[in-house]
Amino acid sequence: MFIIFAVNICSYYMSPRPVKLRKISDPPIISGFKPYGKNKSNGKPDLTFLNLEEYEALRLCDYLMLDQLQASSLMNISRPTLTRIYGRARQKIAEAFVLGKQIIIEGGKIYFDSDWYNCKSCGCVFNNPDKQKIIGECPLCRAKDFTNCSEFSHKSKESLKRKRNKK
Amino acid sequence: MKVAITSTGNSMDSKLDQRFGRCSHFMIYDTETKGMEFIPNPNKDAQEGAGPASVQLVASRNVQKIISGEFGIKIKSLLDRLKIQMIVLKEPEKKIEDIINMLNH
Repeated sequence: MFIIFAVNICSYYMSPRPVKLRKISDPPIISGFKPYGKNKSNGKPDLTFLNLEEYEALRLCDYLMLDQLQASSLMNISRPTLTRIYGRARQKIAEAFVLGKQIIIEGGKIYFDSDWYNCKSCGCVFNNPDKQKIIGECPLCRAKDFTNCSEFSHKSKESLKRKRNKK
Repeated sequence: MKVAITSTGNSMDSKLDQRFGRCSHFMIYDTETKGMEFIPNPNKDAQEGAGPASVQLVASRNVQKIISGEFGIKIKSLLDRLKIQMIVLKEPEKKIEDIINMLNH
């Protein structure tokens, strides 16, 4: 009786442990992929949202050919967690390939190892080593059109709308 | 201010090397005097520790920015500590001449 009571109270008052942040060491240079040559003529292709943590897992495991233990230590998470993220990444990409969906890279519980910026005019990615200074221009082409990569982790309106619709 | 560019050869026509630690040459460019210097990388064929050794070589020249295609995991924290700015340019077809023109622009 008491145990049931205690469990009920626990589930009522305690929320689960918050998700541990995953470390991303290289921001993606693009924000998604589009399919082409689709037979269907009705408008835009469907969207799949690939999280940044899934992108990073895929980059470490398949592009840099690290094993999962090394990749997990680089992302500052446990090995089983990395395997789950990696599995989800492959599932999403396979789904996009098979169904001809568009892939959008955004969102995820992440942090960057440094302050990264992405220049829109020359396409380079640079960091800010001196935190006291504010960067006013791209160090390579002097353009003022650049974005902070941490904006990647913010979800776009479209993905939020989709989530609400699912519920 | 000095800028280091990783290069595949020792001329202005050579291309941007996509690796930092094991690139074939470092090109040190001074934005004030417009002087340039090519240094062959002694760690080109190193089995291990090419990155940190290359950082040491570049840092000894008082470089403030490094332009390369990719930086390894070991190097990033090192460069952060030395307060050297990393610029990642994933365009292997870009010539050294073009990059210098961009810097002078």
